[in-house]
Amino acid sequence: MWQRLYNELAEHDFLVITVAMESRGADAAREWIEAAEPAHPSLIDRDHVISELYNMVNVPMAVWIDEEGRIVRPAEYAGTNDAFRGQDRETGAWSDDAFQEMRRARLIYMDAIRDWARNGAASEFAWDAAGARDRLRLPSEETALANAHFRIGQHLRQRGQVEEGDRFLEEAKRLAPDNWNIWRQAWNLEDAPVSVFWERVDALGDQRYSLPIDMPGIT
Amino acid sequence: MTTLLTHSGPTELDARTDGDGLWLDVAEAERATGWELKPEGFCYGPVCVPVPYGREAEFVAPGSVNVAGFWRHMGKPVLHDDAREVWMLGEDATTRSYEMLSLEAPDFALPDLDGTIHRLSDYRGKRVLLVTWASW
Repeated sequence: MWQRLYNELAEHDFLVITVAMESRGADAAREWIEAAEPAHPSLIDRDHVISELYNMVNVPMAVWIDEEGRIVRPAEYAGTNDAFRGQDRETGAWSDDAFQEMRRARLIYMDAIRDWARNGAASEFAWDAAGARDRLRLPSEETALANAHFRIGQHLRQRGQVEEGDRFLEEAKRLAPDNWNIWRQAWNLEDAPVSVFWERVDALGDQRYSLPIDMPGIT
Repeated sequence: MTTLLTHSGPTELDARTDGDGLWLDVAEAERATGWELKPEGFCYGPVCVPVPYGREAEFVAPGSVNVAGFWRHMGKPVLHDDAREVWMLGEDATTRSYEMLSLEAPDFALPDLDGTIHRLSDYRGKRVLLVTWASW
């Protein structure tokens, strides 16, 4: 998906950098990256450094960075919303409505990227400094502490100190109950079944799963 | 050997631990954390944190510095494993928030599948869509 967009827009001084949040390392992402044959940088982030630096809470999330290295759209869901909650819990099959909604939101987001790639700062989707600051989500002390716990937890696991690592990962989850990056990665390291994800999503009830994207037409 | 996890990744170094203290040779501390012990205090670029008056022995000794002590004193997270072989020096929310409010995209260095390191700053001059994904 990102590779196609990059090909389409590469003539406009536009670059895609994809980052796989994979504490299991490059091999966990290899199959997908090799299939996509990306011509853009496709990076591996075992420590979820990007998540910490830009205060991301899930995948896929994106940040728009201009030619001078300034953030013009802070971290936000990259065109995904809550539509996936219409999937069947057993089979993963999408209801028609959910599928159409997922597709619609993604197309709007992709068109906004196209507009920015072509028009830069003149794009209505690139915020000015005040607009970008207004939309920043700043980390809490609990988030900062959760990130530190996540980093040491995943590192200890890598060294073979699995039980000790898991203690830190559990504490990271407790400190950051809304950080799906931490929860989903920890579940992945623990080989937890997919059902734990759906249970936590369904426990939200009427609450949103994704953070809303500030873009006309996407709810 | 002690493993120190910082913003720039893991570093292996010689350290002396003492309870919750992590004592490093002054030069080694600077290499690993970017913080340097100077006459005015523990410094990162132009920012210096004075050695707390009357508690000097908790933070400095001839040729070495208690980086964990300073880290806690600055309100930043410090974690270690039970054997005190792996230490994490984290970042606090206030520092991160100021960084973010500057709107300067924080730089990073990450490998691709072949292990080649890419930095965001390598691509200055382009509009960059930085987007995450995962297999999980």
